Amino acid sequence: MNGAVVLLARLLPALLGMLGLAAWEALVRVYAIPPYVLPGPLLIAETLRQEAPDLLAALAATLQVALAALATATVVGLLLSVLLVQSRLLERSVYPWLVTLQVTPVVSIAPLILIWADDVFAALLICATVVAFFPIVANTVHGLRSVDPGLAELFRLYGASRWRTLVHLQLPTALPAFLGGVRIAGGLSLVGAVVAEFVAGTGGTRSGLAGRILEAGYRLQIPRMFAALLLLALAGIVLHAALGLVTRALLRHRPVAGER
Amino acid sequence: MSPLLRLDSVAKAYGPGAAALGPIDLTLEAGEFVAVLGPSGCGKSTLLRLIAGLVPPSSGRIDRRGIAAGDEQDIGFVFQDPTLLPWASVVDNVFLPLRLRGMERRAAMPRIREALARVGLDGASQRYPHQLSGGMRMRASIARALVTGPRLLLLDEPFAALDEITRFRLNDDLLALWRRERLTVLFVTHSVFEAVFLATRVLVMSAPPGRIAAELDPGLPQPRSGNLRADPAFAAACGRASAALARAMRP
Repeated sequence: MNGAVVLLARLLPALLGMLGLAAWEALVRVYAIPPYVLPGPLLIAETLRQEAPDLLAALAATLQVALAALATATVVGLLLSVLLVQSRLLERSVYPWLVTLQVTPVVSIAPLILIWADDVFAALLICATVVAFFPIVANTVHGLRSVDPGLAELFRLYGASRWRTLVHLQLPTALPAFLGGVRIAGGLSLVGAVVAEFVAGTGGTRSGLAGRILEAGYRLQIPRMFAALLLLALAGIVLHAALGLVTRALLRHRPVAGER
Repeated sequence: MSPLLRLDSVAKAYGPGAAALGPIDLTLEAGEFVAVLGPSGCGKSTLLRLIAGLVPPSSGRIDRRGIAAGDEQDIGFVFQDPTLLPWASVVDNVFLPLRLRGMERRAAMPRIREALARVGLDGASQRYPHQLSGGMRMRASIARALVTGPRLLLLDEPFAALDEITRFRLNDDLLALWRRERLTVLFVTHSVFEAVFLATRVLVMSAPPGRIAAELDPGLPQPRSGNLRADPAFAAACGRASAALARAMRP
């Protein structure tokens, strides 16, 4: 009985999704909505199947930018955070500029970056990194500062060097917050990559999914647009889930909230 | 023989007019078990932190030559909370003081095992702090303090948060450990019974700013065991300590 309930609870989101898709398909058929306004899910699935090679290649290009941006943001974010907590003065002088960079919409600086960078990939990478790295820095700086005062005293008692305190106390303390930041950055890196691709337009040889979406929009190939969107959403979900797995693996020995 | 530790009119004030402690004169001989008994806020913890060098004294002199080992000092400190690394196993927590001194884990392993055995935690070495009971966490904390083989062990109300049954057992074990290993212990507590049961010398502190108002010898035989708690001589010693504490509290 209990097992059945758990199973049902697991299946519920999928069930709801199926129901929604069925209603969507029915709506499109009953009202004979033309596909260039709203294609039905079956047509989208068929389009996705037909255009899979082209769309998957585009997805690969986008993912390449997103993953490279996530990696860059993670490394830069971590190093920057460690640097910032070394001195209050440094943090106070640099942090406002990071916030400024964060609140400036990337769409508005992307054209500039595209002009400055020689290479389109580099430009896309910079844009996506700028979007993704702030939550990592914000979370990690907070984490590095949240050291248990008792443990800090213990490290002082044993004359721990600054480096050993960082490695054995501050970094492990900050790990959950850092990983939380990386998970947020994962989604943002994909958003950043797509936004940058939109600004870069359809031109160039390295055209990602955003290029396909734009192109399909111009040509009123709405089913294709939806197929590209679907792929993008799926990629985002997979990325999020993968980062979730990494997080859980790295934190497997930590106490769960509510447990002592 | 020169004393292990000597405090000459040591005082601590956190800011002008905010005297927390002292002035205090104190001499600690090797092998002593000294209990510092006092009310909350009398500066007992500050006294331990001064001795450990975690806070500098505002005035006076602390002679640590008896516990100096090269550039480092040979002090084990057990805090009020177990203060274990939550992400590290018991073994790694006990390894920490040695790791911070640059020792390799493999080389440290015999000493870690020994420290764990001394507090009766050998069976739980791979567990994580959140999987341990409060008493076991405190045992891990004591093992960590012992792993460096300190010449002086400082304990800051270590069992205050534990239930009485666990506290009695840990008191018994600490006493046995002190006797077996010939440790020198400075034990801060606000429990008269604990102080009298454990110590060879009880220092009674006054209301803040804390000073040593009285010093008494419980006059109880060694070796002591849990049976002592039912002994009339123990009750009488506790009575004397309580009276001394009450006198010390009067302004």
